Amino acid sequence: MTANMQKDLTNHNQATIRIGEEETIFYEGNWTIQELSDLEHKLRTFSWPKRDTLVCDGSRITAMDTGGAVFLHLHLAAIQQEGQRVVWRGLRPEFEALLKLISLNYVQLKSTTPSVARNWLDQIGRASWIRLQNAIRALGFLGESASGLFRAVFAPRSLRWRILFNNLEVDGFNALPIIGLLSFLMGIVIAYQGAEQLKTFGANIYIVDLVGISMLREIAPLVTAILVAGRSGSAYTAQIGTMKVTEELDAVRTLGISPMQLLVLPKVLVLTIALPLLTVYADVVGVFGGMLIASAQLDISFTEFIARFEYAIVLKHYIIGLIKAPVFAIIIALVGCYQGFQIHGGVDSVGRHTTISVVQSIFLVIVFDSLFSIFLNWWGI
Amino acid sequence: MVLTAGPSTEPLIEVRHVCTRFGSAIVHDDVSLDVYRGEVFSIAGGNGCGKSTLLREIILLQQPNSGTIKVFGRNIKEMSEGEARLLHRRCGVMFQHGALFSSLTVAENVAAPLREHTSLSRDLIREIAGVKIALTGFPMESANKYPDELSGGMRKRAALARAIALDPEILFLDEPTSGLDPISAGGFDELVQKLKEWLGLTMVIVTHDLDSLWRVADRVVLLGQGRVLGTGTMEELSRSEDPLLREYFHGPRGRAAREQAWNPK
Repeated sequence: MTANMQKDLTNHNQATIRIGEEETIFYEGNWTIQELSDLEHKLRTFSWPKRDTLVCDGSRITAMDTGGAVFLHLHLAAIQQEGQRVVWRGLRPEFEALLKLISLNYVQLKSTTPSVARNWLDQIGRASWIRLQNAIRALGFLGESASGLFRAVFAPRSLRWRILFNNLEVDGFNALPIIGLLSFLMGIVIAYQGAEQLKTFGANIYIVDLVGISMLREIAPLVTAILVAGRSGSAYTAQIGTMKVTEELDAVRTLGISPMQLLVLPKVLVLTIALPLLTVYADVVGVFGGMLIASAQLDISFTEFIARFEYAIVLKHYIIGLIKAPVFAIIIALVGCYQGFQIHGGVDSVGRHTTISVVQSIFLVIVFDSLFSIFLNWWGI
Repeated sequence: MVLTAGPSTEPLIEVRHVCTRFGSAIVHDDVSLDVYRGEVFSIAGGNGCGKSTLLREIILLQQPNSGTIKVFGRNIKEMSEGEARLLHRRCGVMFQHGALFSSLTVAENVAAPLREHTSLSRDLIREIAGVKIALTGFPMESANKYPDELSGGMRKRAALARAIALDPEILFLDEPTSGLDPISAGGFDELVQKLKEWLGLTMVIVTHDLDSLWRVADRVVLLGQGRVLGTGTMEELSRSEDPLLREYFHGPRGRAAREQAWNPK
């Protein structure tokens, strides 16, 4: 009746096949998946008695599980395919029943269809088609969120203020320590590197120009954007993606709430508010880092530094840095949300799209930053 | 070697005086039970009575606050990491929602425990996985699909195939028939009985499906209010005079299930 064995896993008794007297084949040991691996290797080089009828003795099989039975079944099928007949002797009835069960239910799994090797033209075509579809989807998303934003401007009541303030705390306020630390370090690094060079020219005081302009105009907005992309952009993707996988998004839709309004708009607005503020904060802390190094390495006192700062740093650098921040914010929020909506299926898709989201938003932030540089240069600002 | 068909007297799982609390909520307050080799043991009870928690405690996913649990005669609290691994190898678990690995196809899901715990060749693992899938009645042509392409019933069968991949001695099923239509649920009950007959498995089934309790369970423990309300066969439990038991088994749904079990098609 029952064929499952009490497997004493500490007592190893490997499955073996041995040819005994009168060319009887003896099957011995535990025919369980744990004990099969050696036999599987040996069997490849095993030579069989050349007879029409093989006598198999199963009386020394001490245990058998379905894995062992599958193996035995395959092995017997291979013998029979050679045209040899198999006669069993002494196989316990419960093992025989198990073997029969397996042979009745034996189905070979179709192997996964190997991907057809495609020629390069086909590959280019397919890749471009996928890219084109992605681009169209992204464009659709951009349009939808723009129209949502437009509507929200005229109906501010429809905005979810509570979510907005909550996000402002999580994505803005809570990011202060890490952004402060990083821009402080950036200020120190720039000042250090600059100090070495400027000292040799005796142009110590220009450290203020160097730190001030590079911090306000480039480094602070960029560092802030990159950190926020890693912190909040990824979280947006994972949140929306998980909501999609668990059908929460569908529930939101059936309640008559547009996911765009509930999820995307607050995030875009929050980052557009938070990122410029964070950038100002990064400006201050970064310049302070430079100031410390200036006084330590170049003997420029804080008052000297600030006096020079007021004189040398034109307001436009600060403004340019601040104009970039909301652009970066929109990029990060939209990419994060868009990738979240692209998630479908299982859990691994969440991970994949979160990675794509961070990489893509940092990439786009840097691309837009260089576009800013090029255009501002053209206009001579 | 166990050749007896019916339940033996050797308890495979012993739960003694288990108490579990989540914060101030008491889930188990002195729960004790035994599961014997070869039987289909059901843990029944209403929603939130700690059925699944008890199951999770037996398979080492959670710790009770007090009390002892012995599996295969060993106290699970005193187990080393190696012993725990061995225990997991000897137990198959089918989770309520399947818990199939979503990045793997069904065939790969079933092959995963075999890959992890044996050193057999890929081909043989495929063959064994194929037979397991066939035994659970999962449609073979879907074996290379990913879990999110499957219906709920197919997912349950695939999860069962993975749970029996290593020929476990104890098979734990968490709500195997929940979310299935009556016909599929009935089919699943039959499958459970067949597997028991074919492979001689000991099964622990967490369920509140009364039909299923009547059809497959050899013995049932009814949990409620943190304690064991009753243990025994469905016959014995349904004859009990305890008002809580009567409420559970003699409600309209309980009666219908019983009548059906007595008048099989």
